[in-house]
Amino acid sequence: MKSGKLWSWIIFGLGAAYFLVPLLATFEFSLRIRREGYTFDAYTSVFSDGRFQASFSYSLIVGVCAIVIGLLIVVPAAYYVRLRAPHLRPIIEFITLLPLIIPAIILVFGYIRMYNTSSPLPLLGTNLGTDILLTLAYVALALPYMYRAVDTGLRTIDVQTLTEAANILGANQATIIARVIFPNIIVAVLSGAFLTLAIVIGEFTIASLLNRQVFGVYMQNVGANRAFEPAALAVISFVITWGAMGMIQLLARFAPKTARRD
Amino acid sequence: MAEELPRREFLRIEKLVKTFGGNQVVKGVDLSFDKGEFVSLLGPSGCGKTTILRMIAGFERPDSGRILVEGKDISGLAPNQRKIGMVFQAYALFPNMNVADNIGFGLKIAAMPKPEREARVEEMLKLIGLSGYGKRYPFELSGGQQQRVALARALAPSPRMLLLDEPLSALDAKIRVSLREQIRQIQRELGITTVFVTHDQEEALSISDRIVVLNTGNVEQFGQPFEIYNRPQTRFVATFVGTLNTLNATVADAGAKTVSLGGTTVTIPALPATARNGEAVALTMRPEAVSLANGTARDIVLDGKVAEVSFLGSVIRLKVDLGDNAVNLDTFNDQRTPPPAHGAPVRIGIASSDVLVLER
Ligand SMILES: Nc1ncnc2c1ncn2[C@@H]1O[C@H](COP(=O)(O)OP(=O)(O)OP(=O)(O)O)[C@@H](O)[C@H]1O
Ligand SMILES: [Mg+2]
Repeated sequence: MKSGKLWSWIIFGLGAAYFLVPLLATFEFSLRIRREGYTFDAYTSVFSDGRFQASFSYSLIVGVCAIVIGLLIVVPAAYYVRLRAPHLRPIIEFITLLPLIIPAIILVFGYIRMYNTSSPLPLLGTNLGTDILLTLAYVALALPYMYRAVDTGLRTIDVQTLTEAANILGANQATIIARVIFPNIIVAVLSGAFLTLAIVIGEFTIASLLNRQVFGVYMQNVGANRAFEPAALAVISFVITWGAMGMIQLLARFAPKTARRD
Repeated sequence: MAEELPRREFLRIEKLVKTFGGNQVVKGVDLSFDKGEFVSLLGPSGCGKTTILRMIAGFERPDSGRILVEGKDISGLAPNQRKIGMVFQAYALFPNMNVADNIGFGLKIAAMPKPEREARVEEMLKLIGLSGYGKRYPFELSGGQQQRVALARALAPSPRMLLLDEPLSALDAKIRVSLREQIRQIQRELGITTVFVTHDQEEALSISDRIVVLNTGNVEQFGQPFEIYNRPQTRFVATFVGTLNTLNATVADAGAKTVSLGGTTVTIPALPATARNGEAVALTMRPEAVSLANGTARDIVLDGKVAEVSFLGSVIRLKVDLGDNAVNLDTFNDQRTPPPAHGAPVRIGIASSDVLVLER
């Protein structure tokens, strides 16, 4: 019994070390920009870099737009499939998995062919058009996570009965989704949102081929030209991702107050 | 009796048919309910009770037939246009809203101004005996309380009709009885036409103005509880509602309405004219129509032995073995005389006028 517990701790320790040692090493390295000793100068230099601020806020805006558009598509779709067309679920699940199967590079070459300046819909001809295209690409990229998160949320509530209860009280479909379904799956929706944000913040391929200055592209640039700042950036992006994950956990903790069902 | 009041038809169902994947579950149902009436749909699982209710609510579209409310066909209306209140078996309170918001939901949809809405919610909370519970969330309530909130939520927008689909079946026995009385009392107070689905015959008998007994998508009988219980029109109704004794007998003389039962010949007024001499018939009667024949004037007297004694509190149910037949009978628990012992010889009496002869 005791040795069993000891072994599980040893395995846990090894696993944790496998993840944490490189991270700690990176962190330690990022502090050694000066000979005299550890400083946070690399971080100061990153944060004061105008391109960092610009690329990070750009990524954030695109991410939030992708989340909003994604939710407007995914929530009604997942809701409808659960309520009216459960036989379509395997097909829908397969479609939402496509972005994981098809590499981003293929997606982006497809976009470039479809929407170039000599195409019927020349989105790539303008900056705004390219921004829109990038956002939509991220919506597609986030689809597998978003759909699964929302679908899991829907599974925890009795979608049909709640819908009918609201319907017979006079509510129409849009009202039912907005006032009854959505508030009850908000935790699942937010976890999908934070996952999407984490993906968007780190994305490189699509943005770089569409020539957008996103955070991922900035990281790559800095990485190619500097020594200590990339380490600091790596730590920063870890903190952001983990922060997002932590938010999901935190929200799940608060969930029972409103979302628990008998 | 209700006959003295002028009857006003409120809901009319005509030749309603519904099929699910080749399986006809509602087979041409015709019904007519009066305004303010409390009607139960009673029947075994799968007989189509819920399906009929859902067609009235608009959640299912009938294959054919019409549903009319006050003479107007509502088939074309979506559920949210029908002004019907509904209570579900699974409570179906909105988990993200507190009790007051749940009750006020329909009013909010109808764009009732806030002060009026709050007053109405208060009124409803009082009606269901949950004043002061407005700020609680559904998960903080017991099942019975949740179902009362669901009732208040359904009634708040003053619907023209109330539908309840087995609202009590998830609750335990004590609460079930008190809540059904409360539902009935509220229904009387508001005078709202109500359709109540249940598979519990005792529940239906105790609270309904009239009962629709359904079997495999057909109406078997539609009538007041005492009619359903005392004068079942089909074998199904007789056996499904209440306990029924069946005695096998042979027709002795169809013209004189006599049968031979356990060696004696008795007259059965209810023997149908179509009976033929020598034919086997099933005589049925309720346990309370049979008594221990200690001097009581019952015209059918049979001898047997006590086979089972079940003590039910104020009543003792005996099973008496009559040789080729057995009957259940109820006697009052008389505290001065002990119940008959197991195996004791007894004589039973049956009034021939209480005997029904069921068609197959
Ligand atoms: N949406 C549906 N699709 C297919 N079959 C259905 C559907 N709804 C009901 N049925 C079938 O129709 C029949 C009647 O169902 P219904 O729910 O009306 O019965 P019920 O009398 O309410 O029974 P219970 O007491 O079990 O609730 C059942 O055989 C059921 O399997
Ligand atoms: Mg049912």
